[in-house]
Amino acid sequence: MNTDAVKELLFKIADDQLIIGHRNSEWTGMGPILEEDIAFSSMAQDKIGQSYALYQLLHELGEEEPDQIAFMRKADLFKNCQLTELPNGEYDHSLIRHFLFDTAEIIRFGYLAQSSYTPLAQLAKKIQGELRYHTMHANTWIKQLGTANEESILRLQYSLDQLLPFALGIFEPSPFENILIEEQIFVGEKVIMEKWQEQIMKIINETDLVISSFSAPAIYGGRFGHHTEHLNQLLEEMSEVFRIDPAAEW
Amino acid sequence: MEWLEQVKDPEIPVLSLVDLGVITKVEVNGYRVEITITPTFTGCPAIEYMKQDIIEVLNSYGIDYVDVNVSFENNWNTNMISEKGKKALKDFGLAPPPPHNLIFDIDILSHIECPNCGSKNTDLKTPFGPTACRSIHHCNDCKETFEQFKPL
Repeated sequence: MNTDAVKELLFKIADDQLIIGHRNSEWTGMGPILEEDIAFSSMAQDKIGQSYALYQLLHELGEEEPDQIAFMRKADLFKNCQLTELPNGEYDHSLIRHFLFDTAEIIRFGYLAQSSYTPLAQLAKKIQGELRYHTMHANTWIKQLGTANEESILRLQYSLDQLLPFALGIFEPSPFENILIEEQIFVGEKVIMEKWQEQIMKIINETDLVISSFSAPAIYGGRFGHHTEHLNQLLEEMSEVFRIDPAAEW
Repeated sequence: MEWLEQVKDPEIPVLSLVDLGVITKVEVNGYRVEITITPTFTGCPAIEYMKQDIIEVLNSYGIDYVDVNVSFENNWNTNMISEKGKKALKDFGLAPPPPHNLIFDIDILSHIECPNCGSKNTDLKTPFGPTACRSIHHCNDCKETFEQFKPL
């Protein structure tokens, strides 16, 4: 097994989970209705828990402890896609991101559950079951608000147009793509992206929203440590308490 | 195993970890006991409490060396909750999760039997409840809102 390739894969998916989890947690106490407050908080808990488990796999491969990896790295060492780090914006913006991102996640983890790297396959099976509730949540709201009234449709459409190029950045190819595919560790970004487009269109077609084409230029960079200024701010806030006393026992 | 029955789920104190099915292996090597647990949810915050409780209960029976490992090798799912555990959930006011074949359709969440009046005329309000493992439902007959231990 090519350890460098596996590590790169684990870092990118774990960082995605941690950062989107943090963004989801920002809805705690701020949700438009109580149920949405709870939904985003629950998904935050799931995703941060999942990132912890993935960082634990990295730790077993010789990297530092999960807390160190999560809180002590600089932004340019993070491999999350830029979509996950963008500020929440209004609810429609967060909802569209959640829909675009979680649809990709459930497909990704479905394939990871068949990975030749057993510890990842075992964990992915578990995570896949949890993500089913996340996509169910996203699909329900997209269908409801995407057919509700002029304002909800316009708002969702605007957010969709804004976020689509960032969402395409989820599938930025890894330098280890071929090795991962050859060693059957991961099926590769191209396969995931094609399935994702099908699934996204399936839901969008049940609404009044439109995606005319997926061929907009993708916003890449995240997987190579190039981020927007928002990630720095997020990391500073996220690690503030940890940095005061990294050796503290909780 | 009998001793471990005393260790309860920190969030549902009527349910033992044995009946919940999170204890997947118990190995005894002389004075040393090794327990393997599998989390209900990957990010379940109760896991650390569970580990500590297992150690304390076994310590109280004079077993000084207890190791608790967390493993995803045997993935937990709600079919692993025992019949006794499901009854305990119901008595506690939580609808038990329906049995499923692991590739369940999400529709399984609709028309859950109301733990208060037994009616199946119920609606799913939201799949996210006060803890990761519970969903919120409403009964159209007795008009009560109730929680379900959701299938996973």
